[in-house]
Amino acid sequence: MAAVALFRANVTLMVDSTLAGRAFPPTSAYAVTEANIAAFAQAVGTQWTPGDPAPATFPIVVAFAAMQDLMVDPTVGIKLHNVIHGQQKFVHARSVQAGDHLTAQLTVTGLRQIGGADIIATTSAITDANGELVCTAEATLIHSGGTQ
Amino acid sequence: MIPAKTYRVTREDLVAYANASGDPNPIHQDEEVARSVGLPNVIAHGMFTMALAARFVDEYVGQPGQIQELSAKFTKPVVVPIEGTDVTIEGEDVDGKIRLTVTCQGERVLGNPVAILR
Repeated sequence: MAAVALFRANVTLMVDSTLAGRAFPPTSAYAVTEANIAAFAQAVGTQWTPGDPAPATFPIVVAFAAMQDLMVDPTVGIKLHNVIHGQQKFVHARSVQAGDHLTAQLTVTGLRQIGGADIIATTSAITDANGELVCTAEATLIHSGGTQ
Repeated sequence: MIPAKTYRVTREDLVAYANASGDPNPIHQDEEVARSVGLPNVIAHGMFTMALAARFVDEYVGQPGQIQELSAKFTKPVVVPIEGTDVTIEGEDVDGKIRLTVTCQGERVLGNPVAILR
């Protein structure tokens, strides 16, 4: 049974079948400025004044950089234009503030296939300059085979 | 129930969001590119819509930074034609756990959107 399962995994997955569990290097530190937060808040119409914490989805800026690193890694096998964002969750240990220097470290927590698409579950630990956890950002990416 | 609010979403918002969030994918800005990959028109970033959901919760709470957890599935795209579109959000607060309903053109665009307050 195991051999059959392995064989099936090899022929159906479009990405590296050993991807689950893989930890990627942390992103370079992102300096959060008042201007960054203001621009983000303004784009979505959120009222924000200097000194306020950043909006709850602001850490996507850092998490997205980590996801980009995963998606462009040639050993992973993702075709960028075949990826859609399926699901997102933020768990905040604390709010993001201007002056933070944030780094995201992404781990692939799951890999399965449904209906011809690779479902890639990721968790990015977003930490500050002291290495303290600020936020955990979980993203599910759906990678379809596509026709291109 | 938390009363519904409707937010106008325009192409200009999506361009501003792309710049602010670092996601330059042209399907969120360029009609021709969006159609070339089989979409009906430009679509909002899923994260843009999720940010609107966070805005709704912030406005309900009356102060920023009170969201401890926020989660959603991106089940349907928010299609943004040249004249813009409306996204309507309402919610129910059960002891600080806010279940949201986020719709565009009468259809739910986020699956199981939930915010948990501190």
